[in-house]
Amino acid sequence: MEKVVNDFSITVGTKNGSGSSTANNTILRAIFKMGIPVSGKNLFPSNIQGLPTWYTIRASKDGFLARREEQEIVVTLNPDSFIRDLASVAPGGAFYYADDIRLPVNRTDIAIYPLPVKKLVKDDANIPGDFRDLVGNMIYVGVLCHMIGLDIEAVHAALNFHFKGKQKPIDMNFGAVKSGAEWAKANLEKKDPFYLEPMDKTEGLIMADGNTAAAIGTIFGGAQFVAWYPITPASSLAEAINDYMPMLRKRDDGKHTYAVVQAEDELAAIGMTVGAGWSGLRAMTSTSGPGLSLMTEFAGLAYYAEVPIVVWDVQRIGPSTGLPTRTSQADLSFALAMGHGDSDSIVLLPGNVNECFDFGWQSFDIAERVQAPVFVLSDLDMGMNQWMSKPFEYPKTPMDRGKILWEKDLEELKGNWGRYLDKEADGIPYRTLPGNKHPLSAYFTRGTGHDEYAKYTEDSATFQRNMERLKKKYETAKQFLPKPVVHKTEGAQIGIIAYGSTEAAINEARVHLERDHGMKTNFLRVRAVPLTAEVEEFVGEHEQVYVVEMNRDGQLHQALSLAYPQHVARLISVAHGDGMPASARWVREGILAKAAIGQISG
Amino acid sequence: MSALPMAGVPANVNTIGLTKNDYRGAPTTLCAGCGHNSISNQIIGAMYELNVLPENVLKFSGIGCSSKSPTYFMNRSFGFNSLHGRMPSIATGGLFGDHTLKGIGISGDGDTASIGMGQFKHVMRRNLDLVYIVENNGVYGLTKGQFSATAERGLELKKQGTNPYMPVDICMEAVISNATFVARSFAGNAKQVKELLKAAFAHRGIAVLDIISPCVTFNNADNAHHSYAWGKDHEEPLHDITYIAPRQEIMLEKELEAGEVREVAMHDGSTVILKNLEKSHDPFNRFEALRVLEEAQQKNWLITGLIYVSENKPSLTDTYNLVDTPLNRLTEADLRPAPEMINKVNSLMF
Repeated sequence: MEKVVNDFSITVGTKNGSGSSTANNTILRAIFKMGIPVSGKNLFPSNIQGLPTWYTIRASKDGFLARREEQEIVVTLNPDSFIRDLASVAPGGAFYYADDIRLPVNRTDIAIYPLPVKKLVKDDANIPGDFRDLVGNMIYVGVLCHMIGLDIEAVHAALNFHFKGKQKPIDMNFGAVKSGAEWAKANLEKKDPFYLEPMDKTEGLIMADGNTAAAIGTIFGGAQFVAWYPITPASSLAEAINDYMPMLRKRDDGKHTYAVVQAEDELAAIGMTVGAGWSGLRAMTSTSGPGLSLMTEFAGLAYYAEVPIVVWDVQRIGPSTGLPTRTSQADLSFALAMGHGDSDSIVLLPGNVNECFDFGWQSFDIAERVQAPVFVLSDLDMGMNQWMSKPFEYPKTPMDRGKILWEKDLEELKGNWGRYLDKEADGIPYRTLPGNKHPLSAYFTRGTGHDEYAKYTEDSATFQRNMERLKKKYETAKQFLPKPVVHKTEGAQIGIIAYGSTEAAINEARVHLERDHGMKTNFLRVRAVPLTAEVEEFVGEHEQVYVVEMNRDGQLHQALSLAYPQHVARLISVAHGDGMPASARWVREGILAKAAIGQISG
Repeated sequence: MSALPMAGVPANVNTIGLTKNDYRGAPTTLCAGCGHNSISNQIIGAMYELNVLPENVLKFSGIGCSSKSPTYFMNRSFGFNSLHGRMPSIATGGLFGDHTLKGIGISGDGDTASIGMGQFKHVMRRNLDLVYIVENNGVYGLTKGQFSATAERGLELKKQGTNPYMPVDICMEAVISNATFVARSFAGNAKQVKELLKAAFAHRGIAVLDIISPCVTFNNADNAHHSYAWGKDHEEPLHDITYIAPRQEIMLEKELEAGEVREVAMHDGSTVILKNLEKSHDPFNRFEALRVLEEAQQKNWLITGLIYVSENKPSLTDTYNLVDTPLNRLTEADLRPAPEMINKVNSLMF
């Protein structure tokens, strides 16, 4: 049997709330520590305890980190998902299961390994009764150490990290790892070809989730006010701000330069954020689709009142209960239309953990420069899963606080200023901030009815003039937005456009398309709306442009079609929304299916 | 600044050298005789008399007739006329910008007790440093006269019919939600309104003022149970909204004495019964506060005066232990972590 090294997926099926995430993160981190490119994805139900949950880990010597649909190694401790898990093992793969599950194992095309998890934990005198189930998860980690070459020292390092150096839990868990490994050595005969071997491909990289990255980026952006309401999958973003603020913004006098408020709902969360942005703070809120809906009225007000705020939307599957713990890119159309009456949205679209960090701080510069809400659309896959990534980089540019007049500025102007006066003909007016003591500093903020000096008016011509200025401002905003990222292949004539977390799957699919189908592609990843000239140029350069995204209706495709009506015939939608992180297979098959239709009808 | 008048300074200035004009706003666009205008005037008077620098006050409001009124006082204060029912959240964020400023929030009964009930209750428990004024007329004015949640059960309005629901008692809700200052007054009781405004402004934390402020135009019952001087107006076609009869504001002819109960006629001929708190009322006793509110409800009185106060509770910004400099004056040096911290952060990732 030929060895398959560093190129396979492992999926672990457990019950939600059984504590398996420590074990799974430990495997992920240990593989990373071995220098092997790796990704991990938690596929979890909307449930606290009892429902089936899976964690899928991909080791890829070539550095492909998207989810794979095929899994070579499956571990299951859950009788409820046993039949499904057994069926999901790729032919020639390996199946590990807790031997207290009394169900028939009816496959002969895979290696089968029963594990006496319960017995091993029970026999270990160092594990207190209460912890048996929890620590039991470490048995399969140990078994994998022996069976596939997961480095036991790397496992120890991962446990040390997870338990922040606390010796007792480290020892207890590592004990279970060792007993799993020893038992496997004495009892199991290797019958599958899958092995891990150390590499040097993770040198200098870190592992982080997008929500943590966004939180830290937000803090490096000088965030002063954060209001939020708990919602999956965005909660960990605000929680990470709470975690890292005290360390990163520590002062000798122990006082705070920031406030984080858990609001009573998303209406209040964004209301507080708008209030804080209005009074001159770098203000931010984070939520997911349902919360975003509740924030819409305030977003509309912030657009008209020209208040800088940042709103993170960690996208998930739609409303209410069902699939809120699954990933999605289906809030784009909504975010683009946030507001009521005429409005425009500035939307940033990070594509990886590093960009979550970068857009964390850049979003404030853009919001304050343009005096408008900035929406940042991440997703559950990017936000909650661990991704291998380059280290975070310190902001390259100083903070841009935009056009603000303080007392001395008003002295120089002799108080002659207007809140909505387009002094520099870029659509962006000057603003003063509460607390300014100049007697001519104050102005009154409303939604629509104001003239250039913020005086109340319902005059049609004044209203229209203001709306035209807002449009001009939206144009001006383009120069401050992140440009798209373009990957080119020599001689390619087909284009792919996407945004967000699908990049890994798309880049892998592009390799397959070229290798297996002779289809060379160029790839543009949109990073902001309003779309900048580079996007139009890219569309113009390709006869066929596949627009790949994780939703049903092809929302980015729609946005591009609206933006470039002259190119509509070139834009081909490859949309797929099933709640699962993007895989290279669906990208490839989606493009090939549409290409085939094109050939038949063409 | 000296508290004593200086030589050469005109007598009509306060101790910080400002005239009453420095506290005025734009001319009102509310109906003539609207109780809200009287409240705006008392705010102007109270701020002038308290020698408050207008730049140290932030004005917030939601949506409705009442919420328009911040335009009509204190032009030199920043103001934000925000969204229906959302004044508390705007004020919360706004006051974090500079914690040395004091907020005055203007809301109405619809804005607070219907659409804004959630934010109203939560801003109580956060003890935001805000004078929260409810200009309470039991009716929706701007949308032409629908019932509000503070309207009494059985109230009849043209087009709307009879109100079938029990009313919300804003003061009771405030006390229950751990507000630290709760008072009620009547817009026509100018002196009491001003005194309560001054006390509320001096209070650190949330101060709720539920001010009964009769709507001259829409809260006009079909079947006036009581006929007073205004009864005659009833014959006019008041629901022709193109014609708003000019009215005089209802003002008490004589101050209410402590413990006094007095019927006051509204524009439409209906009455409200005001009951001033007894001299012996102990506003520091929360149990007493709830008792007098309950008693008033049973007797169909509107209890007026300072119902409850709790001193020395930290305000919202106090609990956040903020730096002395207002947050909105901090610079990059205060806000962006030092360059070496990026390595520290990266080392904390796996």
